[in-house]
Parts: sequence; structure tokens; C-alpha cells
Amino acid sequence: MGEVRINAKDMPYQVLNQRVRALVASGEKDIILDNVLGQRFIGDGIRGDDVTITVNGVPGGDLAMFMSGPTVIVNGNADHAPGNTMDNGKVVIHGSAGDAVAHSMRGGRVYVRDNIGYRGGINMKEYQTKRPILVVGGSARAFLGEYMAGGLVIVLGVDGVTPVSERGVGSGIHGGEIIIRGRVDPTCLGGGAEQKKLTEDEKKAIRPILEDFVRTFTIDPDPVFSAEYSKIVPASKRPFASKYTWE
Amino acid sequence: MDGSKIREALASMNERGSGEGSGYVAYGIYPDYKEYYALHVFFDNIREHKVPLENLLEKWGMIIHDEQIKTYEQPGLRKVHTPWRYFFRPNPSMMPKSTSPEEDIITSLVMKVNSERNGALIFSSGKNLGVFKAAGWPEDVANFYRIQDYKGYLWLAHNRYPTNTAGWWGGAHPFNLLNWSVVHNGEITSYGTNRRYIESFGYKCTMHTDTEVVAYLIDLLIRKHGLSEEMAVRAFAPPFWDEIDRMQQKEQELNRAIRLAYGPALMNGPFAICVANENLLCGFTDRIKLRPLVTAESGDRLFISSEEAAIRRIDDDVTNIRMPGAGEPVIGRVYS
Repeated sequence: MGEVRINAKDMPYQVLNQRVRALVASGEKDIILDNVLGQRFIGDGIRGDDVTITVNGVPGGDLAMFMSGPTVIVNGNADHAPGNTMDNGKVVIHGSAGDAVAHSMRGGRVYVRDNIGYRGGINMKEYQTKRPILVVGGSARAFLGEYMAGGLVIVLGVDGVTPVSERGVGSGIHGGEIIIRGRVDPTCLGGGAEQKKLTEDEKKAIRPILEDFVRTFTIDPDPVFSAEYSKIVPASKRPFASKYTWE
Repeated sequence: MDGSKIREALASMNERGSGEGSGYVAYGIYPDYKEYYALHVFFDNIREHKVPLENLLEKWGMIIHDEQIKTYEQPGLRKVHTPWRYFFRPNPSMMPKSTSPEEDIITSLVMKVNSERNGALIFSSGKNLGVFKAAGWPEDVANFYRIQDYKGYLWLAHNRYPTNTAGWWGGAHPFNLLNWSVVHNGEITSYGTNRRYIESFGYKCTMHTDTEVVAYLIDLLIRKHGLSEEMAVRAFAPPFWDEIDRMQQKEQELNRAIRLAYGPALMNGPFAICVANENLLCGFTDRIKLRPLVTAESGDRLFISSEEAAIRRIDDDVTNIRMPGAGEPVIGRVYS
């Protein structure tokens, strides 16, 4: 089957998302949504590893929430929380995104070419083979990886952009890793977070992710590969054990 | 620009509201009466409550003109009040001790009428501007007032989702006092502290909701105390103490002074706020950015919204799309 296009101009999000679901259910693999403007919940809860939804425009919040398998490509900026509690699949944003990107994400990948807002990767988690990945090409704002319980957040700061320069990085982190190009000013670290230099072996381990990212957005790979990185991890296995009064 | 696109942009975010309150304010809509205060009033009923209000107004000044605000029945909106407008000239000799007698007369009239709750509520009291609001969805409220018939150079619009108090006509945003208008997304959890503080200066909180303290705090800090807009926002959403500790000495002193002098004006909780007066539009969020705010420009126009998509409903050619940082004021000024 070939591609199917929907003109989303002035279409309520309920109608748009019902159509997308119906198309996915009928076996369509390549769905293109034109003139999207503010429609929420696009791609939410849909399944199917071989389905691609292309969003041309600026979608509303909670894009690809609970999604399990498909790829959603956004040609524009995304609003709050793309990849919210996403289970599997891929979200590619050719632009920037709002606050709480990859909120509570539990699997799959979210790629943002430019910048993200506050609380990127908040409450991300992992379980056995499920390990969500958020990669940001530009910069992230405060409280990056707040309450993170698992998964991987990478912020590249391509073109010399400072990846993170605001407070609360890894605030309340108790699992997972935040990898950042260069070094984060220690005053920006949140409670319970610790910064370490990323070793060569660790850098090798993330190389395939970086390769995929620079290929996706045609970014000059050399500065990305040659840069030094830091990782921000929980300061101990249970950094907040003392907070539980019954122990 | 007229209100039709504003309505469209606001309605595109209907998910953010519950149909219990929407409103608009437009600046520049009463050029023929621009030297008079335009008082917009909700009457419970005309027969009982209009004459007492007019007697009070005539005591403090002169009603130049008055008329019913034109409304058009909407199936989705119950008309529980009759909106009325007065063009009013206060008599400055009635407040001889004040340095700004006209504004103080208007403020005290608004506080008196709204706290006495005698079947009249003044919800708009500036010059050459007007608030139009009701308990309903954005489109219904816009159609009720035919908002497209008003042409303003500066607009605020709001769709309410009341969470802590019941929705009602007076509780819809924008909140206005004199030329200040405020719309707000979020919840001011320091409302108790802020309210006690602002009421100690003679303002009275009567709308059963947190946002009105913002309007009064702005009036106090900027109009009465002469702070710049930037410094007022700094008082509302100041830097953290550890950030202040790391500043250069001069900056440190300034920020400490603001926090110490205006501690009770600090607003906690999630908020994104837009404030306007006849000369400016200012948007800012709380100090840890718990609510969204997007700004964009097109030519000499500034847009501030909760969502980029809503801005693009009005103008798809916008540039410089930004999400300002926590507590960072974005200010557009009117040049004529």
C-alpha cells in the first residue's frame, strides 16, 4: 500500500485521531497528516512497528502518548510532553519541543533536533529490556531528568550551544543516566545527582545512538563524535533512602 | 485588529477550559470617549441595582454616557447578568489628599461596589478599553458580545478551567483594575499571604479566585510604588537564594532588597500570566516554570500564548518563537 494523506486543516483532534486509528486498523503503513495545527494526542496508543505517521505542522500536546511501535515524524515544533509514557517506537521532531518531553517514557526513542523546555525526561523509567532513550540536539532547560528512574537522556548542544545551564539537572534521580556534552556546572546539579566523566567505553556504547541521531537530522557527525561527555547518575543506589521514615 | 481571530485562537485551546468562564479585553475600542473611565458593570437586575450604583457614581463624579452593552443570545450561555457600560468622569476634588485622585476614586469605587455585592459588579474600569466576559466557552462568550465588532490594538483572551472555586461571570478572566488587565493559567498557592498583604493597602479581594490579587499587586507595585515592570515581575517570581548568593555584589544587593521588601508579594505555585495596560503587554511564568508560555513576533506585533499553535491560528508567518525561562518577563511596548 502507498501513502495516505489527511488534510488536518481545522479538523478537531478527536476526528483526526479517529481517522488515524481507523487507517492503522485497516493496515495502512504510511500516513501523512498535512496542515496540522494544535491537534492533541496524535498517535496516542497506536501499535504496529511498521507504521509511520508524518505530521506536517505544529501538533498539540501529548503526541505519541502510550504509543507502542510506530514512528511519528514531526516537521515542525511539538508542544508539551511528546512521548508521554510511550512504550515503544520512535518520535522524530524536526524542530523544538515544549516542557516535559518524554514524560514517564518507558521504551522507544524520542529525537528532538533543536531544543526542549523544562523537565525533559521527567520520571523516565526502565524495566529489563525496555530502556527509553531521549536525544536532544540543542539544549534543555531546568530540571532535566527530574525524578528519573531509568532510561537514557542525551543532550548534545550541537553548534556550540550550551546543552544545559539551568538548575536541578537530575533532581531526585534514582535510576538511568543523563549524558551531556561537556561538563555541567556543578551548581546546576539537582539533589541526589552526581556527575562523572563519560569513559571511552561508555562513549562507544552510545555511539550507535549518536550515529542514528546525526543521520536522521543530517548533522555534521565529527564534532558530535569527537566531543567529551559527562554523565549524571544517582549519587548512590538509593539516594533517597533516608527520606523514608519507616526505615 | 478585530476580535474574530482572537476568538479562533482561544477556541483552538478549548481543551484547556471547561466552559465555565471565558473573556476578552481589547484596548483602543472607545476612541470617542477615551478621556473617560469606561466602567463595565454586571447588574443582577436593572430595576433594583442600577439606580443605587448611579447615585454612588454621581456622588464621586459625572456619568457622561451610559448604555447597555450589546449582547446576542447564545444557546450555550445563560445570561444571568445584564452587562452595562458607563463613561465616567471622577471629580478629583473629592479626594484632595491623593496625588492621583482620579485613579484612587475609581479604585475605591471598584472596591466598594464589588465588596458590597449589591447586585452590581464593576469588572472593567480603564480608559479606552473594555473587558467582555461571562461563564461559557470562548466562542459562546465571543458571540454573546460579538467580539468581532470591536477593533483593538492590544488584546488579552482567556479560557478558564476553574479548579478551586466555582465558575461564575465575575470569576472569568481577564481581571481588570484601571488600565491593568490580567489573565492567568495556573494556581497561586500563596494566595492567602498575597491577599493579606494587598488588603493591608486597602484593596479588597472579592472575586473568589486567586488571579485578582495579581491585578492589585501590579497596581500597587507599578502604579503606586513606581517599580518597573521588570522589577515587579522579579518580586513576584524572584530568583532562588542560592542563585542570588552567586550573583555579582550589585545584583545581589538589588535582588535581596526586592525579596526582602516584597516577600509577601512573592507568588508560589504554578502560573503563566499575561498583564497588559494601554502601553504594554507583559508575560511571565512562575520561578520553576510549571506552566507553558510561548512568545512569537510578526513585524512589530508580539504574541504571547500557552501554545504556539494558537499563535499560528492568528498569524502563521511568525518568527522568533521562544519559550521564555522561568520568571523571565517578556515585554512588548506600544509605539504609536
